[in-house]
Amino acid sequence: MTFSVLAGLKKYNLKHNFEVKNIYEYYAKWIREGKLPVNSDWNKDLKIKFTVQDPCQIVRKSYGDPIAEDLRYVIRAVVGEENFIDMVPNRSNNYCCGGGGGFLQAGFKEERLTYGKIKDNQIKATGADYCIAGCHNCHAQIHELSEHYGGNYPVVHMWTLICLALGILGPNEREYLGDDLKEVNVFHPESAM
Amino acid sequence: MTETVIKLGRKGKRTTFMDKVKELLPEGGNLNACLTCGACASGCPATGLGNMDPRKFLRMAALGMDEEIIASDWPWMCTMCMRCIYVCPMKIDIPQLVFNARTLRPREERPKGIRESCDMALRNDTTSAMGTTEEDFEFVVNDVLEEYQEAQPEFADMEAPIDKEGAEFFLNQNSREPVTEPDEMVPLWKILHTVGANWTYGSKGWAGENYCMFLADDDDWKKVTKTAADQANKLKNKIFLNTE
Repeated sequence: MTFSVLAGLKKYNLKHNFEVKNIYEYYAKWIREGKLPVNSDWNKDLKIKFTVQDPCQIVRKSYGDPIAEDLRYVIRAVVGEENFIDMVPNRSNNYCCGGGGGFLQAGFKEERLTYGKIKDNQIKATGADYCIAGCHNCHAQIHELSEHYGGNYPVVHMWTLICLALGILGPNEREYLGDDLKEVNVFHPESAM
Repeated sequence: MTETVIKLGRKGKRTTFMDKVKELLPEGGNLNACLTCGACASGCPATGLGNMDPRKFLRMAALGMDEEIIASDWPWMCTMCMRCIYVCPMKIDIPQLVFNARTLRPREERPKGIRESCDMALRNDTTSAMGTTEEDFEFVVNDVLEEYQEAQPEFADMEAPIDKEGAEFFLNQNSREPVTEPDEMVPLWKILHTVGANWTYGSKGWAGENYCMFLADDDDWKKVTKTAADQANKLKNKIFLNTE
């Protein structure tokens, strides 16, 4: 996890000959450079709406607003400008979803779901069909919030949508897509298992 | 006329929990600078849980209420998301106060779920909190890769190297994928293949998660991070690339 590496290297003064980066910065760079020819045409008529959870560990705690902008650049390129709706507040001022800090494993489930009510309200207020989660703790927590509070919005990883927009997302790589996207733009449909 | 000076407060100065934390942090974490404005508490999703909020927690620490702080479960309901310090006009490091409050309990009394995930990560050099060994990881990666190279011939040349020396990127991956949903690794590989990235996993330190940090165990957090850093150093990778 980005923050534990960045903060750990500094806190314990660990020798290293590399830079620590997050892949969201690279997704944006590769799209800008034309190396990832994503296309949002798949969503032109479907008009499926997406919002995003800014991961605290990557945005507020590590790289700040510039990486939040990169994340949005990628999402807009992939789902279409008009199909992205931001939560309020967002970016570095975003609310934590309640999945971080070990809360998911700490054993205080009722408190964790209460904590997440703000996030669930924020997501519902966007009217989005999907929430994109930038880290696994966010993914697990928001997925649970979606079921617990009855919003039932699917929660997806960025890599799924990038490959969907590249036309290279196979039938078995759609675990977190809802029924509305299981059959869209399928790469090698014959390989379904 | 009395001959003794009247002293206010406790007899003899006791070192409090907050005093100790102040010594650990640059500028003492500004822990003495609170204006009690409540901006932290009003924007904190953990406000109200366990009858606590960040402002109250800081005030209790300032008042030396160490026993009450040790007894509180609230440091485990705060996610240390740092929104409080982000909005604080005095930049008070409440998240570090919480991190250190977690250390006030003996390790074995800290939440079982976090502790066991940390212990599991220490079992193998993979640092996987799900206990995945180097052999199991290599098997899953190669098995999934071969399956996709065959089923999707456009990706017949796709790679998923482990311990490739001199690769630009040292990539990590949350254990959830190789262990419970291996097909989810594939979209990431496809992206890296499409852009022609020169990347590798490390047989040691490929796992992205770090529960030892959440457990507030400095020795173990250090060990997990060092295991991954040493491997990236050894492989001479230039970028430690986090997928989350």
